Amino acid sequence: MALFGNLTDRLADTFKNLRGKGKLSPADIDGTVREIRRALLDADVALEVVKEFTGRVRDRALGDEVSKSLNPAQQVVQIVNDELVTILGGETRRIQFAKSGPTVIMLAGLQGAGKTTLAGKLAKWLKSEGHTPMLVAADLQRPNAVTQLQVVGEQAGVAVYAPEPGNGKGDPVRVAKDALKEANRKQYDVVIVDTAGRLGVDAELMKQAANIRKAVDPDEVLFVIDAMIGQDAVTTARAFQDGVDFTGVVLSKLDGDARGGAALSVASVTGRPILFASTGESLDDFEPFHPDRMASRILDLGDILTLIEQAQKNFDEEESRKVAEKFATDTFTLEDFLAQMQQLKNMGSIKSMLGMLPGAKGMRDQLENFDESEITRTEAIIQSMTLQERRVPKLLNGSRRVRIARGSGTTVTEVNALVNRFEQAAKMMKTVARGGTPQIPGMGPIPGQKFGGAKQQQKKKGSKSGNPAKRAAENAALAAPKPAAAAGSGFGLGSTPGGPSEEELASLQKFLGR
Amino acid sequence: MASPWSLSSALKGMFARPTIDDTTWDDLEDALISADFGPDITESVVDELRASVAKFRTTDPADLKRMLRETLEERLAKLDPTLHLSNRPAVVLVVGVNGVGKTTTIGKFAKFLTNYGRTVVVGAADTFRAAAVEQLATWAERGGAEIVRPQQQGQDPASVAFQTVERAQREGIEIVLIDTAGRLQTKSGLMDELGKIRRVVEKQTEIAEVLLVLDATTGQNGLSQAQAFIEHAGVTGLVLTKLDGSAKGGFVLAVQEKTGIPIKLVGQGEGIGDLTGFTPHVFVQGLVG
Repeated sequence: MALFGNLTDRLADTFKNLRGKGKLSPADIDGTVREIRRALLDADVALEVVKEFTGRVRDRALGDEVSKSLNPAQQVVQIVNDELVTILGGETRRIQFAKSGPTVIMLAGLQGAGKTTLAGKLAKWLKSEGHTPMLVAADLQRPNAVTQLQVVGEQAGVAVYAPEPGNGKGDPVRVAKDALKEANRKQYDVVIVDTAGRLGVDAELMKQAANIRKAVDPDEVLFVIDAMIGQDAVTTARAFQDGVDFTGVVLSKLDGDARGGAALSVASVTGRPILFASTGESLDDFEPFHPDRMASRILDLGDILTLIEQAQKNFDEEESRKVAEKFATDTFTLEDFLAQMQQLKNMGSIKSMLGMLPGAKGMRDQLENFDESEITRTEAIIQSMTLQERRVPKLLNGSRRVRIARGSGTTVTEVNALVNRFEQAAKMMKTVARGGTPQIPGMGPIPGQKFGGAKQQQKKKGSKSGNPAKRAAENAALAAPKPAAAAGSGFGLGSTPGGPSEEELASLQKFLGR
Repeated sequence: MASPWSLSSALKGMFARPTIDDTTWDDLEDALISADFGPDITESVVDELRASVAKFRTTDPADLKRMLRETLEERLAKLDPTLHLSNRPAVVLVVGVNGVGKTTTIGKFAKFLTNYGRTVVVGAADTFRAAAVEQLATWAERGGAEIVRPQQQGQDPASVAFQTVERAQREGIEIVLIDTAGRLQTKSGLMDELGKIRRVVEKQTEIAEVLLVLDATTGQNGLSQAQAFIEHAGVTGLVLTKLDGSAKGGFVLAVQEKTGIPIKLVGQGEGIGDLTGFTPHVFVQGLVG
């Protein structure tokens, strides 16, 4: 929740008045634990889980590791993070396929959890993995759930078995049974059974789900749960565990801004692993679940790992090193700038990337206003220059600028601004490349730095101005520190602003390296 | 099956004790948090009760229970829960995130209105989700309402809304209910689409109510949902659904207090008659017992 800032911020506040004290007293720890408790409750982690959890964190925090640490706030966050990952299941588990015959996967969950959509996503994903899935319409309760499954099946390009029209008619247990025969006959290797949504308190429907389970003897029963669910997650999960006994959990609607504490509650209470996360309305928005990333999300630490992964996937390291060299030797040109920008664009939406930065929740509004088409315009301006001009921006006199503006469909003012910002950016990069500390705000990841200040600066700096060139400079700022430090730590995430101290870098390294 | 958690059963043990002591307060706090009131509201309610208990110098948990009931009721009753449907046609826009029960609510609401002898037309402006139109048509039929469907797959929802209002004006239908596609509050493009529907309809007639449907199982994210929808769609009332489950929807108090938008309807079942107006007294009764 944007209102509360992230846990690091809050803990930093709690520790502010401790500065100068040699070590933390139990009372200090208690204050911290209360803060953690609140953060978890805000993230909708169930109370009983929070209690148990904070108890464990307290024990560990009272131990040596924190009091000896130079940055207790950071150390505590680290402990919390570790504990979260442990509960969330440590490693990503895969679906277990049947040894012979079709693998049967049954979906169950509350109404509106997103089962039918998930069935489509799962089918599409399985298909891309080389399986031949078949969807089974066993939700005969909700009006037109069968039709919806058929449409979803068509979109995913998989077969749908729907012998009953639904809308309250037909016997789902029989449909499920017949589906197995059908799959055997037609040689489908995975059968996905979509069942009706039910409330945990509805004994009759719960029994029906249990009956379907008995009839088809599924290899996996996936419990689909909405990431936005609150304290009720525990009750619901228990009811489903008693009712149908699921083997795995799927977290849906993770594309919202819910912190997803439900994931923690369910994993902790039922001991069942979370297999997948569903993150959007398109059938491709589906991915295996990463416990460590979820932990960061619950704590609002940002999804740095995904960011780095994306960067690594799309950034050509060789290219980056070359650019870094150029920075250092002062031969960085508009041409390189363009190449950098195109690389950045390859990484996907800048908006979604910024959203993954820690503390970014608070900048949601600014993110919303971020207009990506400006990058395209900047690109157009540079592309309207001759190669010579790109290499030697000094050549750009008035008449050349008029020509460029006309060629790119912009104004001379915009061209001027771009050139100015480019020069500034190049200067700044040079400083970075030579190991100095430039004034680049906002890129500061986890280390116990105050994010509040950074946020403010980022707002000013960042890409919100109507000025495309300024925006471009922001992009350069985003892109540049990475290559600049490519030879050093991870992906330049170490080379951050405001000069993070050594131990902060070390703890970051630890955090990333796990 | 595990017996469902409920606030009243959680409170029972606490009120059965002979006096009010520290455990009482801890238990109360735990109970409120478990009912999704959220840490902020819980703290303020507990503080308020501590103050009243000190003021009246009572040690009897029965008094505390009564005070709790009164406090919650008072807080919930601060806003006026009446629906304003006096325009003709009265246009009601129904919005919310995915899977909260918008379409179902419309079906029940249509029935609720036709029970009072009103004529109703529903507009299927959810042109996005597979088979949403069919689902709405089934509900409309059960609720005895007319339906305006999109003329083609993926038609602009604003144009469906426009046609629905147009039809109501032409045929003198009294109430227009417009179903919109579920959208997460973080999708700015989709939220802008809501603004468009609103603008288009406003050119024809005033919008009587914009109802935001919230799922009772939602946690603290409900607040963020409400804020986004208020900003983009100008929500005038809240509908709380799925109250028949084990969740109690305590977060609506936070929503109501932080946004000033009243709860107007509550849905508590899958039957078509399971939608009622919001009465703080009944709600609190169900909560506290």
